[in-house]
Amino acid sequence: MVTVDPVAPRETRPRLPVADVRWSTVLAPVAVGVLFVLGWEALVDRADIKPFILPAPSAIWDQVTANRDSIVSGARVTGSNALWGMLGGTLLGVVGAAVAGTFRFVDQMAAPVVAALAVIPIVALAPVLYSMFGAAVNSGRIIVAGISVAVPVYLNTLRGIRQVRAVHRDLMAAYAAKPLQVIRTVTLPTATPYVFTGLRIASSLAVISALIAEYFGGPIGGLGKSITSSAASSNYPLAWAYVTGAIVLGLLFYVVTLLAELWFSRHQPAP
Amino acid sequence: MNQVVTEPAISVTGVRRVFGKGRKQVVALDDVDLSVADGEFVSLIGPSGCGKSTLLRLVADLDSPTAGTLEVFGKPARRARLDQDYGIAFQQAGLLPWRTVAGNVELPLKLHGVESATRKGRVAELLELVGLADFAKNHPDQLSGGMQQRVAIARALAESPRLLLMDEPFGALDEITRERMQNELVRICAETGAAVLFVTHSIPEAVFLSDRVVVMSPRPGRITGVVDVRADGLAGAHDRTERARDQEGFFRAVADVRSLLHGTPVPTVAVDGLEK
Amino acid sequence: MAQLWDRLRAVVLGVLGVAAVVAVWDLYKSFGPAEGVLVGDTRVLPRTTELAMPHSWQMLQRLGEPVTSLPDAPDAVRAVWDASMFSLGLAAKGWVIGVVVGLLLALAMSAFRIVESALLPWVILSQTVPLIAIAPLVRRWGSELHIGSHIWSSEDSVAVIAAYLAFFPVAVGALRGLKSPDKTHVELMRAYGVGWWRTLLTLRVPSSVPYLLPALRLAAASAVIGAVVAEVSIGLKGGLGRMVIDYAVAASGDPAKPWAPIFGAVAIGLVAAGAIGLLGLVLRPFRLTGVSR
Repeated sequence: MVTVDPVAPRETRPRLPVADVRWSTVLAPVAVGVLFVLGWEALVDRADIKPFILPAPSAIWDQVTANRDSIVSGARVTGSNALWGMLGGTLLGVVGAAVAGTFRFVDQMAAPVVAALAVIPIVALAPVLYSMFGAAVNSGRIIVAGISVAVPVYLNTLRGIRQVRAVHRDLMAAYAAKPLQVIRTVTLPTATPYVFTGLRIASSLAVISALIAEYFGGPIGGLGKSITSSAASSNYPLAWAYVTGAIVLGLLFYVVTLLAELWFSRHQPAP
Repeated sequence: MNQVVTEPAISVTGVRRVFGKGRKQVVALDDVDLSVADGEFVSLIGPSGCGKSTLLRLVADLDSPTAGTLEVFGKPARRARLDQDYGIAFQQAGLLPWRTVAGNVELPLKLHGVESATRKGRVAELLELVGLADFAKNHPDQLSGGMQQRVAIARALAESPRLLLMDEPFGALDEITRERMQNELVRICAETGAAVLFVTHSIPEAVFLSDRVVVMSPRPGRITGVVDVRADGLAGAHDRTERARDQEGFFRAVADVRSLLHGTPVPTVAVDGLEK
Repeated sequence: MAQLWDRLRAVVLGVLGVAAVVAVWDLYKSFGPAEGVLVGDTRVLPRTTELAMPHSWQMLQRLGEPVTSLPDAPDAVRAVWDASMFSLGLAAKGWVIGVVVGLLLALAMSAFRIVESALLPWVILSQTVPLIAIAPLVRRWGSELHIGSHIWSSEDSVAVIAAYLAFFPVAVGALRGLKSPDKTHVELMRAYGVGWWRTLLTLRVPSSVPYLLPALRLAAASAVIGAVVAEVSIGLKGGLGRMVIDYAVAASGDPAKPWAPIFGAVAIGLVAAGAIGLLGLVLRPFRLTGVSR
């Protein structure tokens, strides 16, 4: 039940995926992280753990600062592959879901193909992609990243398309709107938050997939290559330094997607 | 001198709507006849399941009858929908949350290719009409329920339709806001001169707004009777004021409608009970 | 009756979908340019030479042939089946561990707000760590653990790494599910004087089922992927991971060979996800949401 009209409109603020943000919300994970790193350092020190098992955070940090440029350039390669994969995969996922949402038979035909794509381990796919596309180009890596993005985006977008409210569908029918108009006016905006949920999941997947694909060959460059080569030459702190770079890259992708999601969902009603 | 007879806004003949098949079928409407004259305000009232919303959806061509015909301004309902001869307002305002108030009101104009300058002018006019000119740039989530419904009504009027279809638009509002919205609606209808088919489950609302109140009953859905509010002493819907709620004719009409709803029609000049 | 037709239709269309993909593959293979399609420096469509891209029937044919040219080498099908079962078993173990850990985490996070704020970001972050970095860690720490008389083996390491991938969707999904009940329902429980634990059992757990089921399914698929990747990182023989590496080496002479483990991986992934789907059928009443149409 709604009460009497207020004089001024209600203020709404953009909603965060977290319930509400307080100091504790930010401090707690930071505290956990700091404790973790300190504990790790102490453990390596006191238990005298060899670097090939687990390097100390301090050793890793030394390597990070010493090899910053190399890490950044590696991140650039992996990141660009992941980015291209994400763009392509998102396009494929959204368009595919739009078609599948409109034509039920397409949805049913695509279902087993999508299910199969969802369970392929990248490790298995990488070698055949390299022989198909050649080891001198980044195509294989981009495709791997693309597939790992397309699947969650497709599934989530499809769900979003099905969330169009009956009253909006009736409204479009009452306006005798053409199918393309309906998609642009109602279907796409309704599905957008779901697309972003899919993207959020996919963002770090894209980075990991691009990374794993690098273990199996392909052109030089990329964090995965650096990780394997430094591990192969037993320089484990360096390998972990590159791993840190990979984590930061994955985090970056996630945060950017999250921010984009917040911006696009400014005026959405609460789900 | 021949008087020009304008064709009725709505003409429903022998309409039957059945949902489902076999043993599980539901007869939502059975042998319904109804006519709404040009410029007339007619309410449909009845308990849940009497088919009033179904009938409205059939007129709007959002659904097809199992039997019978529906005509809007002499055309089949489907043609009328494609020609955009009516405006519609639903119980949930159905505003698109990602568009501003102005964006929502201009939606039908935009969809039908009206050019930008004309659209802007019309939207400003409409928001002025419903008293929301200051909120043009706000989003629906910043408005109360009553305000959202006003936007929905402005949107329904966007293309100056000669017929308005309204399905319990004030159903989700509290009584105070409802009465205020009813006053607004009477004013707007007087200004635009449109015919209105209005679904409601509130007796005072139906009587206050309408020229005629059509009472329906469920299982199967059919028309029990019609109360002509004007014959009970109230002015025509277009000439009604807020004080109508205090007039004797109002209470008489309410009693008439209630008696039809309870199945005990009292034979007065205003009541045309169709069932024994 | 109508339901049966619908199911049949879905199956037929599904088969048609796969057939369509296969058809496009073979058509491209037959008529596509030998060097693929290049846009600038990047190849956007694959090469179609014999060595680069085998026909679908060649892949199937290869499955029927022996794995190597050694005298008693098994058929590829047999080899893939054995490796698949091996990996599936490890994935299953990993799934169980992952589900238990995920559920415990979700429980802790749903009980205490501060635990959720403290741990959830790290749970999400955990998935950005490449598995290759964790493999040696797991192996070493595993060998330190002494559970009864069980000796830590590489298989156990693989299961733990699979669990690492599987616990994430379960933790996130279960958390959302446990927090999902309407405020009205929670207040009802309070009005009845029901404590936290009973509320958990009577309200939160049942209402979390619609969130938990897709999460469990995703966890199953992740466990399979994790097991295969882990086998590569740990270097465990007998599973699909090892098979991928071995066959990839042979790819230059035998292009259809690396496709065999892919089919195996897809098959067990689908089986794993399907098995959880069956669980969903059993739990049907808990998936009703009470929204009337």
